[in-house]
Amino acid sequence: MFTFILRRLAVVIPTFLGITLLAFALIHMIPGDPVLIMVGERKLDPEFYKAAMARLGLDQPLYLQYWHYLTGMLHGDLGQSIVTQEPVMSEFLKLFPATLELSICAMLFATVFGLAAGIVAATRRGTVLDHTVMGAALTGYSMPIFWWGLILIIFFSVNLGWTPVSGRIDLQYDIAPRTGLMLIDTLLSGEEGAFKSAVMHLILPSIVLGTIPLAVIARMTRSSMLEVLREDYIRTARAKGLSRTRVVLVHALRNALMPVVTVIGLQVGTLLAGAVLTETIFSWPGIGKWLIDSISRRDYPVVQGGILLVATLIIVVNLLVDVLYGVINPRIRHAR
Amino acid sequence: MAESAKPVPADLLPAYPSPLREFWLSFRVNRGATVALFYFILLVVAALFAPLIAPHLPAEQFRDALLAPPAWSEGGSWQFILGTDEVGRDILSRLLHGARLSLMIGSVSVLLSLIPGVALGLVAAFYPGAVGTAIMRVMDIMLALPSLLLAIAIVAVLGPGLGNTVLAIAIVGLPSYVRLARGSAMTELHRDYVVASRLAGASQLRLMFNTVLPNCMAPLIVQATLGFSSAILDAAALGFLGLGAPPPLPEWGTMLATARDYIQSAWWVVTMPGLAILITVLALNLMGDGLRDALDPKLKKG
Repeated sequence: MFTFILRRLAVVIPTFLGITLLAFALIHMIPGDPVLIMVGERKLDPEFYKAAMARLGLDQPLYLQYWHYLTGMLHGDLGQSIVTQEPVMSEFLKLFPATLELSICAMLFATVFGLAAGIVAATRRGTVLDHTVMGAALTGYSMPIFWWGLILIIFFSVNLGWTPVSGRIDLQYDIAPRTGLMLIDTLLSGEEGAFKSAVMHLILPSIVLGTIPLAVIARMTRSSMLEVLREDYIRTARAKGLSRTRVVLVHALRNALMPVVTVIGLQVGTLLAGAVLTETIFSWPGIGKWLIDSISRRDYPVVQGGILLVATLIIVVNLLVDVLYGVINPRIRHAR
Repeated sequence: MAESAKPVPADLLPAYPSPLREFWLSFRVNRGATVALFYFILLVVAALFAPLIAPHLPAEQFRDALLAPPAWSEGGSWQFILGTDEVGRDILSRLLHGARLSLMIGSVSVLLSLIPGVALGLVAAFYPGAVGTAIMRVMDIMLALPSLLLAIAIVAVLGPGLGNTVLAIAIVGLPSYVRLARGSAMTELHRDYVVASRLAGASQLRLMFNTVLPNCMAPLIVQATLGFSSAILDAAALGFLGLGAPPPLPEWGTMLATARDYIQSAWWVVTMPGLAILITVLALNLMGDGLRDALDPKLKKG
């Protein structure tokens, strides 16, 4: 097991170093340099320019700059935002819980409905129901989610008035951020109606962000279930006289889940990319919106650090999924 | 033993369909894919002849008909079949001209990632040592970020615009072609026909592109179709975020970016461009499924 983890790490570390190189290169490829961008349209004093370049370490040779960047990063220092002057890391940590909460809710929604849809389609293979569910899944998979969000807002918020249009909670509530997760913070605050407000704000964004993962999970569950349902032990279980429901939900599902779990793990990337769009539509104060806002403000240290942190997050989660998969399935662990 | 095989008269030989006909026969089985193909042909024709078909110019502003609803709803007129936007431009005309942009973005970016991708993949397969490893490591790094995020990062550096959108999407699509080309080339490399060709003195380049590549085409064609659909989707997403084609252009995603302000008052401004994106992407994905089933029965899913 230990060597398995080491082997996975041996692949991950070069990838991570590559990502740092990419993020480092990013800030050196923009037209002009960071100091010119900070100064903006104002006239620039050459003395000040020199001092600023030295202060930011931009007058050193590139390999030294990269080295400082790398060592700083390993100490959690990703530079500071040009706009707010706050360290990139602390901004990220402040906004990340909002994205995390949204992602968890979206994934719960996607997993529950995706599994159900996949199981129903597989057990009713070839029927109208199967074709409808799979057609819907392919439509979900092809969905431009930024449009899907707007359509849901038109229908549920504007026409029916059921859900709020944007934000995480109604303005009337002032919730102290204890965990950063609004659902938990509102419960802890004990304020009446705050929890309900937080839930209402989460519904539409979760549906929007969960749509593509839902479609992927449904398709995967169906094909994996179909494979398992052909196995001999399923026939044996049926022949023993077990009910159809029990065979499907206990015997088949458990064995069909393996590839589905992997697919769920691999959705982290989809979620974080989707978060950029979803958070923009719903003015959700998470890292996706933060990244896009920073690009339009030309706040390059934030863009650089944000991209690096998001990539690191994806690499770490994928590594965890890999290792977990090895724990569950010894055949993977010993394969070379 | 006594009876030796008699030659079969030519007119009794089973008539094998031509490869193209054979492909069509197996593609036709998938009804969804066939419908999608017809939609796509229609879209290409509409895009090619957009200036002739479109009732108005895409940028023409009808100041007396701001936010006019579609023809079938109350207050709509047949002058603007799908209604007009906030500055009185005909939405149908903009969608038709936008189809040109979307198809252009899709085809150019797929070509720009397919050609270098296949070349790099073949090189990685033929030289699996240091060169191959280096290529695949770089691809792994590019795959660590989801395609839209990587495209956003690239556009953030290059600056927004139509050309940079195409470039970013092409770069983002590269790794999947490299991996596919390498994977299928690796399995072909040890087949007898490749060994025979090598022994016959074929040069490395000839082996790569004339001997091995034609036998790796099936998965690449399928991937190109799916890449086309994700290119359209990503381009629209970039446009929506204000990082893609700049506003006067009738790019479908860019049209949606400004439409956001009218979700309360004019649903058609929001609905139409999104439907165009959804249907086109769905059609391409259906075609991809159909192509996969028709070209490579081995890949057929349960």
